[in-house]
Amino acid sequence: MDATTLLLLGQDSLISGSIYALLAVTMVMVFSVTRVLFIPQGEFVTYGALTLAALEAGRVPGTAWLLLGVGVVAAVVALFRLRHALSLTTAIRIIITDIGLPAVMLLIVQWVAPMKLGLIPEMILTLALVVPLGPFVYRIAFQPLAESSILVLLIVAVGVHMGMTGLGLVFFGPEGYQTSAFSETVFDLGIMTVSAQSLWVVATTAALLIALYIFFERTVSGKTLRAAAISRRGARLVGISTDRTGYLAFTLTAMIGAVSGLMIGSLTTIYFDSGFIIGLKGFVAAILGGLNSYPLAAAAALLVGTVESFSSYSASAFKEVIVFTIIIPVLLWRSLFSPPAEHHE
Amino acid sequence: MSLLTVSDLSVAYARIQAVQGVSLEITPGSIVTVIGANGAGKTSLLNAIMGLLPAQGEVTFRGKSISRSPTEKRFSFGMSLVTESRDLFTTMSVRDNLILGANRCARREIDQRIGDVFGRFPRLRERRSQMAGTLSGGERQMLAMGRALMARPQLLMLDEPSLGLAPIIVREIFQIITVLRQNGVAILLVEQNARAALQVADYAYVMELGEVTMQGPASQLAGDSRVIESYLGFGGVDANQN
Ligand SMILES: Nc1ncnc2c1ncn2[C@@H]1O[C@H](COP(=O)(O)OP(=O)(O)O)[C@@H](O)[C@H]1O
Ligand SMILES: [Mg+2]
Repeated sequence: MDATTLLLLGQDSLISGSIYALLAVTMVMVFSVTRVLFIPQGEFVTYGALTLAALEAGRVPGTAWLLLGVGVVAAVVALFRLRHALSLTTAIRIIITDIGLPAVMLLIVQWVAPMKLGLIPEMILTLALVVPLGPFVYRIAFQPLAESSILVLLIVAVGVHMGMTGLGLVFFGPEGYQTSAFSETVFDLGIMTVSAQSLWVVATTAALLIALYIFFERTVSGKTLRAAAISRRGARLVGISTDRTGYLAFTLTAMIGAVSGLMIGSLTTIYFDSGFIIGLKGFVAAILGGLNSYPLAAAAALLVGTVESFSSYSASAFKEVIVFTIIIPVLLWRSLFSPPAEHHE
Repeated sequence: MSLLTVSDLSVAYARIQAVQGVSLEITPGSIVTVIGANGAGKTSLLNAIMGLLPAQGEVTFRGKSISRSPTEKRFSFGMSLVTESRDLFTTMSVRDNLILGANRCARREIDQRIGDVFGRFPRLRERRSQMAGTLSGGERQMLAMGRALMARPQLLMLDEPSLGLAPIIVREIFQIITVLRQNGVAILLVEQNARAALQVADYAYVMELGEVTMQGPASQLAGDSRVIESYLGFGGVDANQN
C-alpha cells in the first residue's frame, strides 16, 4: 500500500466515519432519553437521500404522501388515547397539526416539485418532509409504551425498522438513486485529490456535533434532555414531561438522520434499504462507546469508518463482516472489566 | 379554605397495602407533619399525592381534583415534592440542577430565582459548579429543596429532610422550613424525627401500618402520652433540645 492509497483511504474513512459519528451520537441520545435502541435511525438517512433525489428529478417524493398517511395514523392514535378527556379545541388542534400541516406540505410539494428550485431549497423541503416523521414515529410506536422494558422497546424498534423499510420500497420503488453534490470542485494537492464534497461532509458534521454540544450544555431544552436521561423521576418532579423529551429526542434524531442522507446521497447510490447497514454502523459505534458517552461514540464511529475503508481495500468481500466483528472484542472487554450495570426503573 | 385535600387515599403494592384510607388537609401557609415509624407508609403517601404512584381516592389541590393528573401537571399547578431519594441530576452541576427546577421560566427569571436560592442556602453558592452527585448528604438535601423552591411552589412536600444528617445540619434545615412558612409556603413534612417535626408544625398526623391513627394540633400531640411514649421517648418535647 503506497502513500497515495493510504491518504485516499484515510479521506474515505473520515467521510464515512463522520456520518457514523452523527448517527452514533444521536443513537446514544435517543437511548439515554427514551431507553429505545433506535435501529430504524438509518431509515431517515434513506428517506432524506431518496426524497432529495426525487425532488431533483422534478417528481413529488413519496415521502410527502407518507407524511400525510403517518399524520393521519398519529391523529387517530392521539384521539383514541385522549378519548375520555377530549375537548373540542384539543381535537381540532390535533387534526390541524397532524393532518392539516402534512396536507399543506403535500400541496406545496406538488406545486413546487416540477419547478426544480435548485439544491438548497430542495434540501430544505426534504428536511421539512422527513424530520416530522421522527416525532410521528415516536408518538405512534413508542410513547404508548414509554414505561415498558428496554427489550420490549427494542422489539418495537425492530418492527418500526421493518415497517419503514417496507414503506420505503412502496414509496420510492426498488431503484437506486444518487443525488448531485453540494459542489463538484476537486482540489489537487499533488499527492492526492480532495473533493470539495468531502470537505463539505466533514465540515457539516463538525458543525452539527458542535451545535449538539452547545444545545446540551447551554440551552435549557438541552438540559431537560440530559436531565431525563439521568433520572426520569427527577425530571418528572421538576415538570419535565417524558413525552416531551421523547418527542424532542426523536425530532433531533430524524433531523440528523435526514441531514446525513442529504450528505451521503451524492457519495453513493442509495436504495430503499441502504439506510439499515449505514445505521447499523452508527449503532456499532454507539455500542463501542458504551451507549452512554457522546465523545466515545463519536471516536468509535471514526474507528468504524477506518476499519470499513481499509477492509474494503484489502478484503472487500468481507468488509461488513469485519466491521461488525470489531464489536465482539469490545463487548468481551466490557463484560469482563465493567461493573455490573445498575438496574433503574 | 384548604390548599390540599386528600380523601380516603389508598396505595397498594403487589402484596402490601402501604396506605389505607388516609385523609388529610393543609391550609395555605401552614406546616402539617406526618410522623410514623419506618414502614408506616409515609413515603408511599407523599409519592401518591405527587402522582408518582398509582392510588385510589381523591386528591384536590386549590379546589381542583388532580387525582388523574400526571406528576408534571401537579408540579405545574404549584406543588413540589422532595423525595426520600432526592432524585437529583447527579452528573450535572448544582447550578444546572437549579436551572432545571424552573425550566419553563425565562433566563432572567431563572437567574433571579437562583440568586434567591443561593441567599437561602449560601453553601450551594460555594458549590455551584460541583456535580450534584459529589455533594455531602446535607448539601444534597439543600440542593433538592433549592431545586423544588426554584418553581416557587405553594405547597412544598418534604420526605424526611433530616434523614442521615448531622444534628447541626438538621437544625439548619428546620430553620429554613420555618422561614419558608413565614414566606407563605405551605409545607407537608414527613419525618421520623418526631420531636423536631412537632416543634415546627401547626398540625400533625400519626401514621401506623398505613393508617392515620391520631391527629391534632402539633402542640397537643406533643403532649399526648401515647405519642410521647412511642415517638418522643420519655423526655417529652424539650424546647432546648434539637
Ligand atoms: N416499591 C415497593 N414495592 C413493594 N413494597 C413497598 C415498596 N415501597 C414500599 N413498600 C412497602 O410499603 C410499606 C410502606 O413503605 P413506605 O411508604 O416507604 O413507609 P415509610 O416511608 O413510612 O417508611 C412498607 O411495608 C414497605 O415495605
Ligand atoms: Mg419513607
